[in-house]
Formats: sequence, structure tokens, C-alpha cells
Amino acid sequence: MSLLNYTLRIADSSLISGQRLAEWCTNAHTLEEDIALSNIALDLFGQANILLEYASELDGNKTADDFAFKRNEREFFNLKMTEQPNGHFGDTIVKLFLFSSFNFLFYNKLSQSKNKNLSAFAFKSLKEVKYHLKHSKSWMVRLGDGTKESNKKVQESLNSLWEFTGEFFEMDEIDNELNKKGIGVNNKSIKEDWNNIINTTLLDSKLKRPEDGYMQTGSKSGLHTEHLGRLLSEMQYLQRAYPDAKW
Amino acid sequence: MQNGNTEKIWELLNTVPDPEIPVISVVELGVIRNVEYVNKTYLISITPTYSGCPAVKTFQDDIKICLSKNGIDNFDIKLVYFPAWTTDWMSDSTKKKLLKYGISPPSKKIICPQCKSTSTSLVSEFGSTACKSFHKCNECLEPFEHFKCI
Repeated sequence: MSLLNYTLRIADSSLISGQRLAEWCTNAHTLEEDIALSNIALDLFGQANILLEYASELDGNKTADDFAFKRNEREFFNLKMTEQPNGHFGDTIVKLFLFSSFNFLFYNKLSQSKNKNLSAFAFKSLKEVKYHLKHSKSWMVRLGDGTKESNKKVQESLNSLWEFTGEFFEMDEIDNELNKKGIGVNNKSIKEDWNNIINTTLLDSKLKRPEDGYMQTGSKSGLHTEHLGRLLSEMQYLQRAYPDAKW
Repeated sequence: MQNGNTEKIWELLNTVPDPEIPVISVVELGVIRNVEYVNKTYLISITPTYSGCPAVKTFQDDIKICLSKNGIDNFDIKLVYFPAWTTDWMSDSTKKKLLKYGISPPSKKIICPQCKSTSTSLVSEFGSTACKSFHKCNECLEPFEHFKCI
């Protein structure tokens, strides 16, 4: 069951993150950016799908769609950062940058997993996440080193989202168990590389790294902020209103 | 055609066009990884270009239609993720077809498909599909798409 839980954590972060980004579809400030954010969302849905299919195999009962559309908030294990509302474009970029820089390093380690499904998934996703990181990083620099106003706005985004970065490096019993077996990643071991990416990008962006203060926690045991429920009510609406509807 | 001739299957698959870029086949794109004949069934392994590529479903359906039309119904399609798809699997002749079609093929040097200039600039990392980026030619000023190297 640990492996199923571990797989769902990764899948859920991709799924919820993709759902949030997809909200930008038709709403971004330029056509190119609209397409970029939608394409990133599509990558994330694809990644979630690979893992939810694997979760379905491990579970032996539920389908990938059951996992996506028929679980309640407390049964989701995505990082709390991924469920945060999009806010303005700067908020979305900061969120995408922090999440992609973590994912990039996490998948790099996970591609060495002894579990063939997870390593194949991570190796494939890594290629895609590289572009997500590149894209969000270039926006960090453009906005941070842009005008006084854009700098002020992304600095505020960074300050308010910072408390959600603590979860990236948490290790609980499941993480420790799978890490010992050579299946899961030791999240603490990627902190240094993550710091390097963050610090160099923030320097280029003329932004200040926020002090570590109170850090959010709880998603590994299914605890979430109030935003997840609202996101799910939209994402799951059709399957809830018309169970097993197909088209 | 129920005799285990995998060569013939490859030939038929080579007639199935990529749904987004119809000048190349799914074989040329490199998404068909293997064809085996196991227990009187052709097992076709395919891999997606990108995890979320919406064309995957379409080309699975197209493969089914093509094989059925040719009287083959003893086949299964399996999705595989390892090794991950790479643009290195595209042959030089496939790349030439892309260029002729108007898409700058995957390579370090980006070429404008209209005037063949190498003086180009990136407009966006993401084009009309996840596998392409969007560029502009500095010489003829035409916009074009480039197949990203992954």
C-alpha cells in the first residue's frame, strides 16, 4: 500500500497543478502564453495519467478515472502549493517556477528508482519538466528584472507562496520506507541543488529570497487548504452529477 | 494475414500518417517501438511523444482501422514508456520531409523552412503542439514552427 500511496502523491501534484494551469486557457495576456500554459497543463495531465494508470494496476479495483474523479479532498495527496489559486500572472509564474524546479530535481532522482514504472515515468517526465522550468524561469527574470511594479508584484507572490515550499523536502514513514528500498527519493537530498536553482534565479531576477518562517504541512496525510475542495467541485462535477458518463 | 508476418505489419503501419503531420508516418515518427507475434496475436508496442500528447489516442484508432481494413484483427496495442521517445529516432529522410512540409526539423541549428536561413529568433518555447516551439525568420520575416529536440 505504501507504493500506491507514494504513486498517488506524485500523480496528484501533477493532476491538480495541471487543472489550475488549464484555468488560464483563453485567459492569458497573449496567445503565445495562453498556448504555453495550456501545453504545460497538458504535459502535467499526461504525467498524472501515466501514474494513475499505474495506481489502478496496483490497486486492482479502481480505474485511473476513479482516482481522478471519485476521491474526496482528504483522499488527495498533492502538495498544497499546487492547489493554490492562480492569482495574477506573476503568482502563477512563481508557483510554476517553484514547483518545476523541485520536480526537475525530484524526477532526476526518481529516474534512478528500482521500480521500473516509476523510473520510466520520471525519465519521460524529466524531458517535459525541463521546458516548464525554462519557461517559468525566463518569466521570473522578465518580471523580477522588469519594471518597479512587476518586481513589486512578483516579490509579493514569492513572499506569500514561500510557506508552501517546506513540503517539498518533507520525509514521512512512507518516504523513508520506499527510499530504503531504493524505490523512492530522499527529498532532503535535493534541497541543496534546489537552493542553488532558486538563489541564482532570484539573483538574476533582482528578487529577495524570503526568510524561512512558518511552513505549511499536511498534504502527505490528506490535509489541504480550503482551495482544493472548490477545485475538485469543478474538476469532478460531471462524474459526480452523472456517474460513469461516457462520451 | 494471420500467419505471423511482422514485416507486413510494419509495412502497413508505415501507411498510417501522423494525425498532426500527415507527411510522415507513425513509423517514421518513431512511436512504433516493436511488433511481435505472440500466441497468434500481433503485439504492437507504441510510445507517446509527450505524456499528454492528444494525438496518441488518434493514432491508436488509425492503426486499428488500417489493420482491420487489411483483414487483420488478431492484434493488441500496448503503451510503453521506456525508453522515452526521443527526436534522435527520426531519420534524415524524415527530417527532410518535415522541412519540406514547413516545419523546421529537430536539430541544434534551426533552419527557416521558407528561405533556409539560419538567422532566426525564438518567439515562444511552446507552439501549436507540445512538441513544437514557435520561431520567426530574421531574413524573410516568416513565422514558423520547430520540432523541439527531446
